[in-house]
Amino acid sequence: MLAHGDGRGGTVLPVLQGEGPLAVRRTRGSGAEARVMLVGAMSGPLGGDHFTVTAEAARGARLRIGSAAATLALPGQDKAGARYDVQLTVGDDAELHWLPEQLISAHDSDLHVTTRVDLAAEARLVLREEQVLGRSGEEPGRLTSRLTVRIAGRCVLDQELACGPGAPGGWDGPAGLAGHRAVGQLVVVRPEFAADPPAARTFAEGVAVMPLAGPAALVTAVAPDALLLRRLLEEASDTLG
Amino acid sequence: MSRATLLVLADGRFPAGGHAHSGGAEAAVRAGRITDAAGLEEFCRGRLHTSGAVAASLAAAAALGVDPGELDLAADARTPSPALRVAARRLGRQLTRAARATWPHPELDALARRFPKGTHQPVVLGLTARAAGLGPLDAAYCSAYEGVSGAATAVVRLLSLDPFDATGVLARLAPEVDVVAQDAVEAGRLAVTDGVDVLPARAAPLLEIGAEAHAALPVRLFAS
Repeated sequence: MLAHGDGRGGTVLPVLQGEGPLAVRRTRGSGAEARVMLVGAMSGPLGGDHFTVTAEAARGARLRIGSAAATLALPGQDKAGARYDVQLTVGDDAELHWLPEQLISAHDSDLHVTTRVDLAAEARLVLREEQVLGRSGEEPGRLTSRLTVRIAGRCVLDQELACGPGAPGGWDGPAGLAGHRAVGQLVVVRPEFAADPPAARTFAEGVAVMPLAGPAALVTAVAPDALLLRRLLEEASDTLG
Repeated sequence: MSRATLLVLADGRFPAGGHAHSGGAEAAVRAGRITDAAGLEEFCRGRLHTSGAVAASLAAAAALGVDPGELDLAADARTPSPALRVAARRLGRQLTRAARATWPHPELDALARRFPKGTHQPVVLGLTARAAGLGPLDAAYCSAYEGVSGAATAVVRLLSLDPFDATGVLARLAPEVDVVAQDAVEAGRLAVTDGVDVLPARAAPLLEIGAEAHAALPVRLFAS
């Protein structure tokens, strides 16, 4: 996907291409913003699959990307793991909202996700990731998810979450998830945070708003289920204004 | 390397201020997530394989001569909680003072000049190991071990846990500390050639959230 400003306050999408299991659809936007929906045309990722999503919001663009449904990581025929790589690039005076639905790690699945965001100094970002460990009442699969955010070449966030059977010990203990089955991150990048960063705060059990070492903030939350997690992340997002 | 020197650096009584920190254990105890020795063990195990492994790899990389400025930025990116960044820098500053008095070395002087407000403690630990004539594996061991032993000592005080039980936890974790320390040296060596981005970044959500909840408490026994 490629979006850039049309020079008149709108956003054009010269490249919008998907193949295989991921279809890309433009939906009705509002104002200057273009909206794109990722539609899973098949189930998965299954073991052995390798999905890649690349999106760029170039100068002047306002781009919002969502997904039509949750992504369900499933086991494959053989024991091979699956990969899902997301590369997002945001230029100066551009804004990207990356707000896919939850990633659900089904029993026996093994998925490795990398999400890498490269932002220009004057770029803006809202990124939400939610991981759900197993469908209702189900033991989760193995999930490794690394999130890296760079602003003007400098890495301001590098975090890897590893959970499920086979993950390094203690992932579900008192330091890790403590039995919670939903975990999420919300990253907000705004140039004005450089001079006026948001205050660190916790407003409910299981969630914290944390200014990063750069013009960005991270909300981390854990919850018993996906619904409560979404609520915590939305409340935290509201506190950022 | 001198084994006795390693003991001096690894000693819990080394005057670098670590005793004032619980490694997140106080927050976990207050939230009811650690109530007994079994809970302490799972807490320590989770900490060891996440922020413990990250800290050990930073220490090993610093001991191998990776630029402290690069490591400081890498540590910031891997520590989203501002309360934990402040604690890591405070501990780094205290360790710099203790290390310069114990093993005077131009690299430690340069570090103090470059980071007057302190850099992350594992980075200082790695340079301290260099100054003391120790190697990257020693630095990684010190970092990985103190990451769990500090929490265990704190929980003895917070829960009036039997000290024998707490020491038993540390003994059971020893084989995993071995693996984390060895992996940290491998990661450190890779960082020498490929840059700091290859260092591990494993995170423990409730350590970060708990650190912020803890920083907001009006009364607490430990600084972090």
